[in-house]
Amino acid sequence: MKIDPIHQFNIEPLFTLGHIGNHTIAFTNSSLYMLVAVAVISILMLASGTQLVPGRLQSVAEISYEFVASTIRSTAGAEGMKFFPLIFSLFMFICVSNLVGIIPYTFTISSHLIVTAALALLVFFTVLIYGVAKNGLKFFSIFVPHGVPGYILPLVMFIEILSFFLRPVSHSVRLFANMLAGHIALKVFAGFVAMLGFSLGALGWVGGVLPLALTVALYALEILVAFLQAYVFAILTCIYLNDAIHPGH
Amino acid sequence: MAESHGGAKGPAAGAHTGADGSHHGGGFPPFESSNYASQLVSLAIFFVLLYVIVSKLALPKVGGAIEARQNKIEGDLAEAQKLKDQSDAALKAYETELASARTRAQAIGNESRDKANAQAEAERKTLEEQLAAKLAGAEKTIASTRATAMSNVRGIAADAAGQIVQQLTGVVPDAASVNAAVDASLKG
Repeated sequence: MKIDPIHQFNIEPLFTLGHIGNHTIAFTNSSLYMLVAVAVISILMLASGTQLVPGRLQSVAEISYEFVASTIRSTAGAEGMKFFPLIFSLFMFICVSNLVGIIPYTFTISSHLIVTAALALLVFFTVLIYGVAKNGLKFFSIFVPHGVPGYILPLVMFIEILSFFLRPVSHSVRLFANMLAGHIALKVFAGFVAMLGFSLGALGWVGGVLPLALTVALYALEILVAFLQAYVFAILTCIYLNDAIHPGH
Repeated sequence: MAESHGGAKGPAAGAHTGADGSHHGGGFPPFESSNYASQLVSLAIFFVLLYVIVSKLALPKVGGAIEARQNKIEGDLAEAQKLKDQSDAALKAYETELASARTRAQAIGNESRDKANAQAEAERKTLEEQLAAKLAGAEKTIASTRATAMSNVRGIAADAAGQIVQQLTGVVPDAASVNAAVDASLKG
């Protein structure tokens, strides 16, 4: 029995869709779980009824709605509601795919940097394009903080510009690394249980209690992380959009 | 760190994936660039699909339900306030009505009491007049009876005096002198 904590991240092409240049475009297990996430969100949001007194499913849908809406209002103001569909889609997509990915034997979309990077770049370019379109050159005043003495300003501006362009990196790596590390840790601890049981017999069964307890605790932590990382991704998106909406801050 | 970890596990993972038919050379899966195109295309398709569903169907629906509930609650509260105002107004009208009815009742009571008093007074007055008239009649009767009785007393006294004189003297006295003597003694 060998622990292979990386196997769960393998991309398995299910069938080929076509070719773009010399790239093969395949419908992979990742694509399948993206479809699952979209389907779960659609069912949650669309099949939940519009009763005056909401049922359970409708309550979840409305709580999600209110949660994202209040997050936007508190960080980006009422004008941020323009981006409600985008932020809601991002939050729900990441949250649902993270939570689905926690179920054993499933695939976690956000454990691939290319996916989180694509989402982070989507946010980055939305901020950049909307900010320039709305405020013109005034948008770049976000690089010039108020109340900084003149002699230190070039340094501060350099740091501000650098941090602005590093945003998509931190934005995407945070989510990717959290999901990847969590899943590897879970796999390793769960693997210990099986390894002890197979190799040491009865003693291993007793010895496996500790890693099993750790696995259970980690699993609970990972459920929290799955939600929290989606929330962090969404709230950072709101904060970045706030720069585009109110560059004066 | 993760990459080196993946590298260390590389051969095993590669052997495994090679065995079940999906190659990719056994690197760390998140850094295998041969899968990037497929993932990006899938992500683009499904995220755009999700965005369309969310913005065109899901959010209007759920937002509409929340708004409808909000409107219903506000409408119901306004209705309740209206009904409360109505009942307050009705209570006030009732109290005014009650107060005016009370004043009216008092007025009617006073009026009827005055009327009853006046009537009683009038009746008493007529009764007193009747009684006074009866009293006057009775007094008149008494006076006439007394006068008659007095005149009878003179006759009787004159007769008795005549008789007495006759008995004492044996002489029948003269009626005129007896009467004069009686009158003188009655006056005296």
